Amino acid sequence: MARLLAFKAVIIFNVLFSVCTDLAYCNNGRRGGDPLETEVSGFSVPLEHSFELDDVAKFQSRGSLLLKTGREPSVSLAQNQLSEEDRAKLKEVAAVDGLYRIRVPRVFLQADRQTEWQMEGYLTAFVRACAMVESHLSDVITLHTDVSGYLIGVSIVTLPGACRGTEVEDEVDLEVFNTTLSIMAPVNAPGPETALFLERMEQESEKKGKNPQEQKSFFAKYWYLILGGAIFLMLTNSAQPPAGGGREQS
Amino acid sequence: MAKLILLLLELCIIFCVVHAVFEDQVGKFDWRQQYVGKVRFSHFDTQMQSSKKVLVATESNVFAALNSRTGELFWRHVDKAGPEGNIDALLHHAQDAILVVGNGRVLRSWDVNIGGLNWEVLLDSGSFRSASLVGQQGTVKHVAVLKKAFISVHYLSNGHQKWVENLPDSETVDYQTVYSGGNGQVFVLGVVPHSHITIVVYSMEDGEIIKQVSVEAPWLSNIPASCVVVGQGILMCADSTTMSLNTLDLHQQTQMTQIPLQSLGLEADPDFHPSLMSHQPNAAQKPLSEFFLQLGPERYLLLQLNNGQIVTLRDFNPALLASFATTGEKTVAAVMSPKNKTACSINLFSADTGRRLLDTTLIFTVDPNGGKPEKLHVQAFLKKDDSVGYRVMVQTEDQTLTFIQQPGRVMWTREEALSDVVTMEMVDLPLTGTQAELEGEFGKKADGLFSMVLKRLSSQLIMLQAWIAHLWKLFYDARKPRSQVKNDISIDNLSRDEFNLQKMMVMVTSSGKLFGIDSKTGAILWKHYLDNIPSNAAFKLMVQRTTAHFPHPPQCTLLIKDKDTGRATLHVFNPIFGRRSQVTPPALPQPILQSLMLPLMDQDYAKVLLLVDDQYKVSAFPSTKNVLQQLQETASSIFFFLVDSSQGRLSGYRLRTDLSTEQVWEVVIPTEVQKIVFVKGKRPNEHVHSQGRVMGDRSVLYKYLNPNLLAVVTESTDMHQERSFIGILLIDGVTGRIIHEAVQRKARGPVHVVHSENWVVYEYWSTKSRRKEFSVIELYEGMELYNSTVFSSLDRPHAPQVLQQSYIFPSSISTMEATLTEKGITSRHILIGLPSGGILSLPKMFLDPRRPEIITEQSREENLIPYAPELIIRTEWFINYNQSVSRVRGIYTAPSGLESTCLVVAYGLDIYQTRVYPSKQFDVLKDDYDYMLISSVLFALFFATMISKRLAEVKLLNRAWR
Repeated sequence: MARLLAFKAVIIFNVLFSVCTDLAYCNNGRRGGDPLETEVSGFSVPLEHSFELDDVAKFQSRGSLLLKTGREPSVSLAQNQLSEEDRAKLKEVAAVDGLYRIRVPRVFLQADRQTEWQMEGYLTAFVRACAMVESHLSDVITLHTDVSGYLIGVSIVTLPGACRGTEVEDEVDLEVFNTTLSIMAPVNAPGPETALFLERMEQESEKKGKNPQEQKSFFAKYWYLILGGAIFLMLTNSAQPPAGGGREQS
Repeated sequence: MAKLILLLLELCIIFCVVHAVFEDQVGKFDWRQQYVGKVRFSHFDTQMQSSKKVLVATESNVFAALNSRTGELFWRHVDKAGPEGNIDALLHHAQDAILVVGNGRVLRSWDVNIGGLNWEVLLDSGSFRSASLVGQQGTVKHVAVLKKAFISVHYLSNGHQKWVENLPDSETVDYQTVYSGGNGQVFVLGVVPHSHITIVVYSMEDGEIIKQVSVEAPWLSNIPASCVVVGQGILMCADSTTMSLNTLDLHQQTQMTQIPLQSLGLEADPDFHPSLMSHQPNAAQKPLSEFFLQLGPERYLLLQLNNGQIVTLRDFNPALLASFATTGEKTVAAVMSPKNKTACSINLFSADTGRRLLDTTLIFTVDPNGGKPEKLHVQAFLKKDDSVGYRVMVQTEDQTLTFIQQPGRVMWTREEALSDVVTMEMVDLPLTGTQAELEGEFGKKADGLFSMVLKRLSSQLIMLQAWIAHLWKLFYDARKPRSQVKNDISIDNLSRDEFNLQKMMVMVTSSGKLFGIDSKTGAILWKHYLDNIPSNAAFKLMVQRTTAHFPHPPQCTLLIKDKDTGRATLHVFNPIFGRRSQVTPPALPQPILQSLMLPLMDQDYAKVLLLVDDQYKVSAFPSTKNVLQQLQETASSIFFFLVDSSQGRLSGYRLRTDLSTEQVWEVVIPTEVQKIVFVKGKRPNEHVHSQGRVMGDRSVLYKYLNPNLLAVVTESTDMHQERSFIGILLIDGVTGRIIHEAVQRKARGPVHVVHSENWVVYEYWSTKSRRKEFSVIELYEGMELYNSTVFSSLDRPHAPQVLQQSYIFPSSISTMEATLTEKGITSRHILIGLPSGGILSLPKMFLDPRRPEIITEQSREENLIPYAPELIIRTEWFINYNQSVSRVRGIYTAPSGLESTCLVVAYGLDIYQTRVYPSKQFDVLKDDYDYMLISSVLFALFFATMISKRLAEVKLLNRAWR
C-alpha cells in the first residue's frame, strides 16, 4: 500500500513539474578511477557491453551509471578504457559486420529506498560495431524513462553513424569512450490552445470596436448609393406613364 | 482588418474543397449493401396471404423485415451493440412484433407493416428467463415476461403492466419457462437441478396463485432444452440418461410417467441427447399433440400423443432438419433430407397423419463452397385449390439465407456473414486475354528480329479481331431495347479497366467465409467457406503475388490464428477466382508469434512470408532453394519486432543466416503504470512524393521519413480522471531507439491512430474538458537531409524535430484511416467513420502542427491555415451523403490507377464503397466536358487559318501585280 501511495505521489509530481532533459557531462574515462561524489538519493548501476565474433551476447562491464533519483533525475557515467585485447576484438567484429550491444538493468528512478529501484530484466540496444570503430568510440547514449520514473529504454547512436569502411589506424583512438549521455523523460503533449485563440479573437473584436469606420452599418456606409439608386428608380418610373399617355392621345 | 477579411476569404476559396457529389452522380461511383447479421429468430408475417415480410431478429442486435420476394430490406432497426441491445426474444402476433431486449431490460412492440415503434416499456431489473404470449378465450391480448424472481404480464395494446407477482422460493428454484394454453391460466415452470420441477399456476385475471406443485425429476436440469408442452397441457421431457420420454399433465398429475424409448420400438444414438420440438400455432390455442423427436444427428420422428399413448406417425431417417408450419387450419411438417452430395430435398407432410403431401418436393442445392444447413424456416400458404403450398428460408452455417420456392427455384440469397468483415484487401483485376498476349511478348526472350515481327503482327491481329468483336457486340446491343441489355459481371469477363478503378475486393469475415466482390457493382463473384475456424480466430490477409506477373496466377495468403493457443493455419488462394491454390501451405506445428511479408520474391514472383514461432525460429513460405539462398544473403538486414502487451515488452530481433534469430534490442514499459494498446507501423505500399515542405522563405523543411517507425500507444492503468493519461512512443523498429516519447495528460481511450508519411494522428477522450480531441505529431529532419539517397535506421544519428498540435473534435469516432494514392502526389485526407454512420473526409491540412497562431507573411506564403482550436465538421465533407454505414468498424483505402483517385471501402454492419478525390480530379476531364465546343472551336480555327492563308495569298498576288 505504501508503495502504491508513493507511486501516486510520483505521478502527481510529474504532473506538477515538467520533467526536462538533463545532459550529463561527457566522461572521457581518463578520470575513471576518480572517486565519485555519492549523493544521498543516488545509486549506480552497471553499463555493460558485448561484442563477439559469433554474435552471441556476452556482456562485460563497460562502466557504471550514477543515477540521481528524485524529481529531476540526472545521470553521470564513469567508464573504463578498452583493453588492448578488446580493441583488437572490436576491430575484428567490425570487420565481419557484427554488432556492438549495450545493456542496462531496469531501474525505478523515483524509489526512496535502495531495495525498490532494482527490477528484473535488462534493457538492450545495439549499433553496428564498424560504426563504433569508425566514430572512434564517440557515442550518444540516451536513457528513456516513463511518466513515473521507470527506465523503459536505452538507445545508442554513434557520431558519425555511417560505416564507410575507413581503416582506423591509430590504436589510441579506440582506447577511450567519448560518450554523451542524457536521460529523457516524456514530454507533455499540448492540448488544444483555446486560451490563446480566445485572446486573439478578443483583440480582434477590440480592434474592431476602436475603428469607427468598421462599426458603421451597411446603410450608414452606403446611404448615398442607395439614395442615388432610389432616386434613379423613381425618376425612371415617373417618366414612363406620361410617355405612354402621350402616345394614346395622338 | 480588411486585409484579414480578404485573407480569410482567400483561404476559404483555396481550401474549401468541395467533395460533395452532384445529384446525378448518386450511386454512379458508390454502392452500399445493408446487412442484418446472423439470424437468431425469424417469423413469417402470415396475417395476410399476400404479405411479403419476413421478420428477423439477429445476433448483431438488429430487428428487420425482409422482402420475401427479393430479399431486400423493408426496414431495419439497429440497436446498441453488445449485451445492452441483445435481443432475447421475438414474439409475433398479428400486426405486432414484441421484442425483449438487453437481458430483459426493455420490452418493445413494433408495428410490422411500417416498422414503427408502438410502445416501449422498461422492465424491472432481473435477468431474463422466458417470454410468451398469453391468450384467453380465443384472443391474444397479453404478453408474459418471466424473470429470475418475478413474472409480469403486459397488455399487447399499450404495454401497460397488468400485474406483476414475485415467484415463490426464487432463491432455490430456477424458473425457466412460461407457458399458457389459452385457458386463462399461466404456468410457470421452474427446476431445482437434479431434484424436482416446481409448477406455479397463476390466474390470468389478477395474478393470484391458483396452484403450486412440485414434481420429482432428479435427472432434469434445463427445461427449455429437454422439455416441450404438447397437446392438452402435457409436459413432455426427454431424458438422455435413461433414454426415455417422461410425460406430466400440468393440470392434474403430480407424478411423471416414464415411457422408455425401447417400449416404442426406438433406438437412440448412445451419445446423442434426444431433443423434442412441438408447435403451438396460436397462443390462444393448445399446442398440437404431434411433435418431433430428434434421435440422432440425422434422424427425426414425428410422434403423436394420443390419450397418454405415444404413437409413431413417421420415421424420417435420414433427415437433416425438420420444422412445423401452419396456414389457416392446416399444420404441416417440413423435413429436409439429404439427397446426394450436392442437393437436399424438402418434403411436406401432414402433421396429424404423417402422410406425405403430393407435389411438395423442393430441391435445395448445397453450395460446395458454403456451409451445412442449420435452420429451416417454412412459410406455408393455402393455394386456390385449398392444398398447401410453401416456401422455405434455409439458414446455413456460413450465415447465408437462401429463400426457395417450389420446385427449387432460388428466389434470393443473403450473405449475412458480410455483416462482420474482419479484414480485406483490394487486388487488381487481371488483364484481358489480348492484353496479356501483348504483355507476354515482352516477357519472352528475344529470338531473332523476324520472329519478333511475326509475333507482334499476330498479336496485333488478335487485338484487331477482339476489337471488331467488341464493335459487333455494341452494334448488336444497340438494336435491343435498353432494359434487356445487361452488362453482367461474371468471373469470366473480369478484366482491368483503363484506370484500374475496378478491383477485386477480397473480404474475410469472422465466420470464416471469404468473399470476392467486384468493387464497381458490389456483386459477389466468388465465396468460399472455411470450416473448422476457431471462434476466437484472428485473421491476417496478405497478397503474396499480384496480378502483374502473368502467366503466374495472383496469390493471397490468409493466416488464421487461434488467439488462445497461438496455433495457426494458412489458406492460400487465388483472389480472382477464390479457388484454393495448387501450392500446399506448410504445416505449422508451433504457435506463431509474428508474420511478416518481405519485399524479396522467389523465382515465381511470390513475395516471401516469414513466420516466427514461439521458439523464435523462422520459417519461410514459399521455402524454395532460391528463397532460402536469398534469405541467407540478406539475413543481416532483416529485422523484426515482437510485442508482448501483457508484459509491456517490445523486443527487436535480427535474422541469422541459419534462419534462427537473435534479440538485438528490448524496451520494457512497466505494466503497473501503462499498458500497450496499439502498435502501428506504416503501410508498406505507401509512396511519399515530396521529401520536404517549402517554407515561406523558400527554404525546405525536410520530412523525417523513416519507414521502420512504429507508433506505440499506451493507456494508463490508473483510470482516475485526474491521473489517467495516454502515452505515445515513436520507436524505430530496427534499432529500438525511442525517437519521441510524449504523454497526453488527463486523457483516456479509446484511442484511434493513423500513422503515415512523417505524421501520426491520434484521437482520445479528454477527461479534463470532457470532449474528444485530435492530436497530430509531425517529424522533420530539419533544413538539411542527413542522407538524401537512402534511409537507413542504423545510420541516422540525429533525432528529428517533433512538432505537435491538438484540436477539439465535436464528435466521437468509430474508426480512422488515411487516403492512399498511387504516387503520393495528391494531398492526404483522413477518413473518419462516425458512430452516426457518416464518413468524414477531413483534409490533413487542418491537422498540421505548423498552423500558426499569429499569421505572418511567411505562413501566408506557405498557405497555412491560421490555428483554430476547434475542427468544424462541414456537411460537404461527408463522402457518403445519406448512405449511412451502420456500426462502421473499419475503413480500407487503396490507390487506383489515377493519381487523383483513392478507392474507399467502409465496412461494419453495412458495406459502402466509393471513390474520393482529395485534390479534386486534376487528371480527369469532367463528365460534362464540352467536347463539341472544343472540337468545333478547333475546326473553326483550322478553317479560319486555311481561309485567311488563302486570302493572304490572294492579297500578296494582287499586290505583286500592282
